[in-house]
Amino acid sequence: MDVFTLLYDMLHLMVLLSIVISGLMVISMKDLISASIASGACSLLVSLEFFILQAPDVAIAEAGVGAALTTAIFIFAIKGTRRREEH
Amino acid sequence: MERMSSVVRTITKVAFGPIFIFGAYIILHGHLTPGGGFQGGALIASVMALYFVAFGDERWKKKLMSTLESIGLLTFASAGFLGLTAGFFFFNFLAGSKIPFFNEQIPSMEGFVHPNWAPLFSAGTVSVMNIAVGLEVVVGITLVVVAMGLFSFAGKEGE
Repeated sequence: MDVFTLLYDMLHLMVLLSIVISGLMVISMKDLISASIASGACSLLVSLEFFILQAPDVAIAEAGVGAALTTAIFIFAIKGTRRREEH
Repeated sequence: MERMSSVVRTITKVAFGPIFIFGAYIILHGHLTPGGGFQGGALIASVMALYFVAFGDERWKKKLMSTLESIGLLTFASAGFLGLTAGFFFFNFLAGSKIPFFNEQIPSMEGFVHPNWAPLFSAGTVSVMNIAVGLEVVVGITLVVVAMGLFSFAGKEGE
């Protein structure tokens, strides 16, 4: 196997594992601000995955909307209510 | 809305220009490179949200933004309907025509040939529609973020 193919597959696997880990962090955190920041990180990693799968068009849209705007709207919504999730 | 610390405000002042220019680049090169009206508009809207979060400025001209959103939609629709004058719906009547607006001729591709190689102002109504969609997305998403921020702040005030 070519060494560049091996490196490419390892990068791909690392990005996919990071998406799963950040997604688990989103649903397990009780602090909602931390959870929305983790959701933004998940979106950024999904955008990197789109770029690896050669869809740069979708990657730009995902980075702009998912990582920046959704996080801002979530944080504004959390500021209007309580910060911590109960039980 | 209260404004954030001086570190955030300084970084916002530094980063505002480059991100804005990059969004405008993606909108204008929509027919040549990846991206287009929606992607560049989302980038510019995210930098507007950054400005709103950092400075907490409430003096947004909401009537003007609403009007600009309508202008974007009307430009898109009329660019589609004006194609009826030259042929059919969404006909690209500007590209390669005599009207001096986004009508540069594409030279013959002998020698160096690259998939993205063409003059910038050569796409006719495609560029017009990209700019219209970009305007629409910038103003619409900025209005969503500003409305969300002002509503959440008003809820805090009422308690």
